[in-house]
Amino acid sequence: MKLNERSVAHYATCDSPTDHAGFLRKRVERHHHHAHHATSYQRRWFVLKGNLLFYFEERESREPVGVIVLEGCTVELCDSAEEFAFAIRFDDAGAKAYVLVADGQAAMEAWVKALSRASFDYMRLVVRELEKQLEEACTSLAACHKSPRRSSGRKRHLSNPALLPVQEKPAILENGYSTWGSGPDRDGGHSKPPPLPPRRRSAAGSPTGSPAPGLSPTLQESPVSPETACFAKLHHWYGQEIAVLRREWQERQKRGHP
Amino acid sequence: AVLKKRLVKLVVNFLFYFRTDEAEPIGALLLEHCRITKEEENVFSISFIEEPERKYCFECDSEEQCQEWIEALKRASYEFMRRSLIFYRNEIQKMTGKDPLEQYGISEEARFQLATRKQ
Repeated sequence: MKLNERSVAHYATCDSPTDHAGFLRKRVERHHHHAHHATSYQRRWFVLKGNLLFYFEERESREPVGVIVLEGCTVELCDSAEEFAFAIRFDDAGAKAYVLVADGQAAMEAWVKALSRASFDYMRLVVRELEKQLEEACTSLAACHKSPRRSSGRKRHLSNPALLPVQEKPAILENGYSTWGSGPDRDGGHSKPPPLPPRRRSAAGSPTGSPAPGLSPTLQESPVSPETACFAKLHHWYGQEIAVLRREWQERQKRGHP
Repeated sequence: AVLKKRLVKLVVNFLFYFRTDEAEPIGALLLEHCRITKEEENVFSISFIEEPERKYCFECDSEEQCQEWIEALKRASYEFMRRSLIFYRNEIQKMTGKDPLEQYGISEEARFQLATRKQ
């Protein structure tokens, strides 16, 4: 499966926000000819950006050797001979799980927490919830102003939305070519929140009720969907491609090529 | 340039494309740090920040469909969601004096802070 890997690698190494980073040991299963398994661990530099967990051979490496897409997965502590181990498991039964080992208790907890909240769906839930809260805040503020005031002065209340400076508004809705504050104002000058991304269509239909109160982790759409199979393929593909490239490079080195 | 008919699926911040009769995708585009541009009639393109001249072009069946895709793709990145969240958080804080992220226990996370864009 093709991927815009140059762009992916660029995104992995550019200065966009990193949500978490650190060394982890990644379990590797080696299958030998004689059909016995050897388990070993490779130390890799992991970088979490959004819903993508990249890993590099070294901290200074210019390109990742792999990426794990954190959608349709659960992160849980692991019953393992190794201390401080946790696993990323996918709802799609065909996708392999990743077992990672941290340096200590605190590091393990930090990673599990960060990875549990990394999915796009989680982010979307929070954004929807906040959009609702903002609308409610705007509505109640407008309602306050509709009620008649007896004050003789004509001073406007400072919290009147019309007076709020529209700062930090992502006016250009580009994916990363952000141009804060410049360009056409699509909302006609009113401080309206930007609209949300469209909902992913699920086989079960698309209910548009409000999210469960208390931000429960269960989503309205099933996390098990045909799309998770796409991601499993992506992980597998990327790993294979790198392995092949590596072998070829090593062979060329042996033959004395640069 | 040859146009090939594809089934295209936007799933979170990935655009998968399939041959129309196959269940497995032949490719995917990660939609971070990209620009979505309207080209000629019914056509839009996706290009990436580190290689702006390389355009992935898509021809739609109608202008309406083209606009729908442009709008959807512009909002498809995780980075866009992050910016929306920070924007809403800031607005709510200004209007109500309260941080809406506190109830979720995520108010201290670096990724939701307003100030830093470089790390």
